[in-house]
Amino acid sequence: MDIIVYFKEQNQQLYGFIEGEIDTFTAPKLRDELENIKFNENRDIVLDLSKVHYMDSTGLGIFVAFYKRALREAGQVKLVGLSIRLRRLFEITGLSDLMDIETDKEVEIN
Amino acid sequence: MKEFDYIEIRVPAKPQFVSVIRLTVSGLANRVGFAYDDIEDLKIAASEAVTNVVHHAYQDDEEGEIVIGCALYPNKLEMMVADYGNSFNFEEIKSKIGPYQPGETMAGLREGGLGLYLMETLMDEVMITNDGGVTVFMTKYVAREQVEENVERIPI
Repeated sequence: MDIIVYFKEQNQQLYGFIEGEIDTFTAPKLRDELENIKFNENRDIVLDLSKVHYMDSTGLGIFVAFYKRALREAGQVKLVGLSIRLRRLFEITGLSDLMDIETDKEVEIN
Repeated sequence: MKEFDYIEIRVPAKPQFVSVIRLTVSGLANRVGFAYDDIEDLKIAASEAVTNVVHHAYQDDEEGEIVIGCALYPNKLEMMVADYGNSFNFEEIKSKIGPYQPGETMAGLREGGLGLYLMETLMDEVMITNDGGVTVFMTKYVAREQVEENVERIPI
């Protein structure tokens, strides 16, 4: 079980695709990848989580830290493609009210 | 016959074994007859408990172990996660956990402390003892309408 992170720049947006499982073992790699992202006023950051098959509080902590840095450095971050499972995790922890999150209709059906 | 089947696993307290425990618990929960969503809940609760041990129980140079015990009943799964390392002050930690409140600002959000909260939310019962080492004891019940093992086959 590992994690893959890759980026694609398109239409003034930087897409980050995260695939695999986010736990305490894979966390350092994800944290490093996100820390390397430079925020820029003219560019939104969109993180696609549609291929994240597992996540726990370690992952939530990483996204909270990333959001906080975006706030400090005037960046815009959006999380997209969340499965119902993942969305529930953000909801029960109260994070869905504080972050910009979109559930993926296709992922829901699957 | 015994009332339950007991399975015990010991792993080194290292991050790379958290997913191994998660997969094992998933398999055992499947045996008990949990539905998909409940199995996912159990995987998260197990990971949270094991992750806590990996991070907090032992000093960096110590070779610690984690013991995970699972008791499989017809209608529930009991899971025990124990270390033999440092115990923590449960009340103190408990006062720092919980969901984020709507009034909180993003900038002030803490980045940890959700593990114990998730365990309590996703499991039906959670107990923690703090005697020498820390032991987390959690129970989840099979939702009744999902138990269909003894349904008779419809004659064709």
